[in-house]
Amino acid sequence: MQRNPQLNQAGELQHLLSIEGLPREILTQILDTAESFAGVTEREVKKVPLLRGKSVFNLFFEPSTRTRTTFEIAAKRLSADVINLNIAISSHTKGESLLDTVANLSAMHADIFVVRHSSSGAPFLIARHVKPHEHVINAGDGRHAHPTQGLLDLFTIRHYKKDFSRLTVAIIGDVLHSRVARSLIHGLTTLGAPEVRVIGPQTLLPAGVEALGVKVFHDMREGLRDCDVVVMLRLQSERMKGALLPSAQEYFKNYGLTLDKLSLARKDAIVMHPGPMNRGVEIDSSVADGPHSVILPQVTFGIAVRMAVMSIVAGN
Amino acid sequence: MVKLPEAEKLCEQLAAELRPKLGPKSAMIGLYTGGAWLAERLHSLLAIKEPLGLMDISFYRDDYHQQGLHHDPKRTKIPFDVSGREILLVDDVLYTGRTVRAAMNELFDYGRPASISLVVLADRGGRQLPVCAQYCGARVEVPAGMRLRLTREASGKLALVLESQSAT
Repeated sequence: MQRNPQLNQAGELQHLLSIEGLPREILTQILDTAESFAGVTEREVKKVPLLRGKSVFNLFFEPSTRTRTTFEIAAKRLSADVINLNIAISSHTKGESLLDTVANLSAMHADIFVVRHSSSGAPFLIARHVKPHEHVINAGDGRHAHPTQGLLDLFTIRHYKKDFSRLTVAIIGDVLHSRVARSLIHGLTTLGAPEVRVIGPQTLLPAGVEALGVKVFHDMREGLRDCDVVVMLRLQSERMKGALLPSAQEYFKNYGLTLDKLSLARKDAIVMHPGPMNRGVEIDSSVADGPHSVILPQVTFGIAVRMAVMSIVAGN
Repeated sequence: MVKLPEAEKLCEQLAAELRPKLGPKSAMIGLYTGGAWLAERLHSLLAIKEPLGLMDISFYRDDYHQQGLHHDPKRTKIPFDVSGREILLVDDVLYTGRTVRAAMNELFDYGRPASISLVVLADRGGRQLPVCAQYCGARVEVPAGMRLRLTREASGKLALVLESQSAT
């Protein structure tokens, strides 16, 4: 059997590349550790000395403000030195290969690479080539995975709902192009959520998505019934051009989350969104800013979750 | 076989020793896990007004680069303002002094206490840092390769036990 590329020989987390294939104990360890870091982020001095003297390189081959910023804050709160490289406009355009870029940064004594790339699998390729003391964290690769977003979603759900064992979770929208949805589905099934639903038009759901252990709905009202957790996905505007959808207005009518549709879910349901939001396309402002929304707490929890991931991998 | 002192008696003894020293600025913090149990006991025996603080020093340990992160860190909770307080820092067993150093570093990230005193149930010697306890229940000789640890039964009864180091 091939060894899981994320784990070292002792079965500990060496790199975080994907939630898929991670055992329940490791997911729980990350969430528990993040819970302790959440305490640190509420203090006046929001820093601990764990990664003093370590260098974290944020390698963003694809633009992202929020994810890069939260990784940067997390690394700084662990006392690491952070170097941000926006490679989309740097050596990449001069023709340097991905592995040459990484080899050069390794020569500058990197300890952690945080990688965002438009090609699925790029962080795996890097992880196969780094030195034993170097660690790779996937910050989103193509349509494949976005494990820290998935983990912060899991953290948020656990924070508000305490326990996964009785939850019905609906993931709504463009599941086809969403690495967030994929990571979250794997995490929820691993942690024992009994019912995960995906809701969206046929054109935006991947073929054979049922194989991931989810129930498929095309009617949003039907799918929302009695849900405890509602996860909205961002609808990327380019999808409209690709003839997958008629128009933003039409999409909002069928799949936009309004107070009226939300009333079909449980009274204490929480509404999540990985951001950035398109108000009036996938979510109505009255919901995004309403009492069920936990969209901004998600961002805060994301810092604690990324602190947990970095301090666990760097210690293994 | 080493004869271990009775933890329950040591608790009473420490409480009696601490009682006359408490003042309006006193506050107590226990270190997970054994120190937290002892602190819970002392805090209630002494009826300290300020709620008890509980601290997990995992993020301040000096062996992180050798051992990695502790697997199940608890969340540190200090429900009072540390600044200007006379802190009683409570741990079960004092050994190398490294835990106490880590705890003091963490404590200063919460504020500047007026003073810190160390309270331990047992001192097993073997210090690697200049640390000493102001209040100590007993000195205990521990054979090489063994670990001295506090346990708590379901009934709440505290007891010191010796176990082989590999068992941790």
